[in-house]
Amino acid sequence: MAQMKFMCDAERCIECNGCVTACKNANDVEWGIQRRRVVTLDDGEPSEVSISVACMHCDDAPCMAVCPTDCFYKTDDGIVLHDKDLCIGCGYCLYACPFGAPQFPKQNAFGERGKMDKCTFCAGGPAESKEEEYEKYGANRIAEGKLPLCAEMCSTKALLAGDAQTVADIFRQRVVKRGHADGGWSGNQRRERERTRAGADLNQADSLAYDATRRG
Amino acid sequence: MSLCRNGPNVGASVALALLLLLTALFASPALAQVETEREAAAAVGAVTPDTWRQVRSGEVGPNFRDSRADSTYNLINASGESWRQLRNRWVSPFGLIAVGGMAGVILLFYLIIGRKDLSEPRTGRKLLRWPLVVRSIHWTVASLFIVLALTGLNLLYGKFVFRSLFGDAVWASMISGSKLLHNYLGPLFGILLVVLLARVLKHNWLDRTDLAWFKQGGGLVGKGHPDAGFANGGEKLWFWLLATAGLVVVASGLVMDFPNYGQSRDTMQWANIIHSVGALGLTAVALGHIYIGTIGSEGSLEGMTTGYVDETWAKEHHNLWYEEAKDQAVPEDQLTGDKPVSGDSSETASRPG
Repeated sequence: MAQMKFMCDAERCIECNGCVTACKNANDVEWGIQRRRVVTLDDGEPSEVSISVACMHCDDAPCMAVCPTDCFYKTDDGIVLHDKDLCIGCGYCLYACPFGAPQFPKQNAFGERGKMDKCTFCAGGPAESKEEEYEKYGANRIAEGKLPLCAEMCSTKALLAGDAQTVADIFRQRVVKRGHADGGWSGNQRRERERTRAGADLNQADSLAYDATRRG
Repeated sequence: MSLCRNGPNVGASVALALLLLLTALFASPALAQVETEREAAAAVGAVTPDTWRQVRSGEVGPNFRDSRADSTYNLINASGESWRQLRNRWVSPFGLIAVGGMAGVILLFYLIIGRKDLSEPRTGRKLLRWPLVVRSIHWTVASLFIVLALTGLNLLYGKFVFRSLFGDAVWASMISGSKLLHNYLGPLFGILLVVLLARVLKHNWLDRTDLAWFKQGGGLVGKGHPDAGFANGGEKLWFWLLATAGLVVVASGLVMDFPNYGQSRDTMQWANIIHSVGALGLTAVALGHIYIGTIGSEGSLEGMTTGYVDETWAKEHHNLWYEEAKDQAVPEDQLTGDKPVSGDSSETASRPG
């Protein structure tokens, strides 16, 4: 079975908040709640880096461990879901969660929490009908064979979602290529041709400063 | 050619091509290579192990941004794991040991040693011990305490028992009912506890008699009774436990009950640990209080139900108070209501000093 994971490549995230918007739209998330957030470290400094965070569907999920009603469960794909019929809004999952994923609607007096809402990896949740599922948890794209919309729509492919093994392989490949003289452009057909022509000198081939006149 | 294939932006593409051509003419290839390397070095070096160490520590710098509008969160809630471990590995098991152990000890005590009976027959003459107002507040606080203890225990341990026992439908209403009762009755309990503590404070100032009382173990076992005034050492200890730990439990409960005052996640984690440790401890001690007040010793419960105690009971359990108040003893058949003689006077008479 697949083990579904998110992975945000901090080197690529450009803090466009497209994932936040995509998620909110795909899941019709309640007003005041955004299941995904983009955190920027050292904003405005040369070392600035951004990362998109939501529920990371932990293997050993702290929310599951502390929930007084035991409303969480893990699907066969390793996705952590919860039953809103059992949730009592105690907030313990929020205390325990490393990523600040659980959020609570706050329409009640004295800040009394409503039923917890969090990222479902676009896998919906327990419900009698499709309509009810959408109403409570949002889209179930996984059932349709699609990956979470946030990752699907990420413009720089910083946010990856899918089987842990596949995601890890992609990221490993990126790490190996990153900072390499070859840049992030390997696999590009035009460049591969240039590269062959330029021989071993990759910088010669790596002409972002593309010179049309030199082309034969 | 390939640049022009893009259609509408032909002009822009040509301009770009010209620009690139100029750049290529003026910049020597060697220099371009240095530039590229420098750029690569600057671009790639952003995320250092130090960055992640800082994230892991939960520390938030001045240039930390979160796209959630009112978020006060850091990137990684490191204290969450500590809270989880404290709660699940320490508070839960040891709370169960404390409460369950106390219940077990009391049961054994009752089975082996049994009830503390009055050693002499009742005289039939009664002394007013608790006026109606104290009794009412006491039983309200007591009922609330029991409800809060049961719902609290359900919140901590219920999922291990009732979910599999009753199924999801029953469990859902059971646990949401527990949370509602706990959260709504908690503040009421807090207010009434303060009222009760204030009302009986005058009986509970510690003095030398209590030291001797504790040295003799309160006369729990055997025939003897150490000296005691209106309240004995044990009662005073229970009073001061409620006046300290009890109020801390109430305060920490309020911190979690009203999350709308901007208190942080970390504050609520600590409030939860303090609340559960205190509440479990008080529940364990309350079992002792309930035992002694009901089946544990003959003649005690009627003081809190009817308000009156028998002379014999007063003599044995609170001899110093008895000496002060024995003039006000009333024969049983003359008791008509709460204030047959002088209302609160027996309390006044017993005031220390």
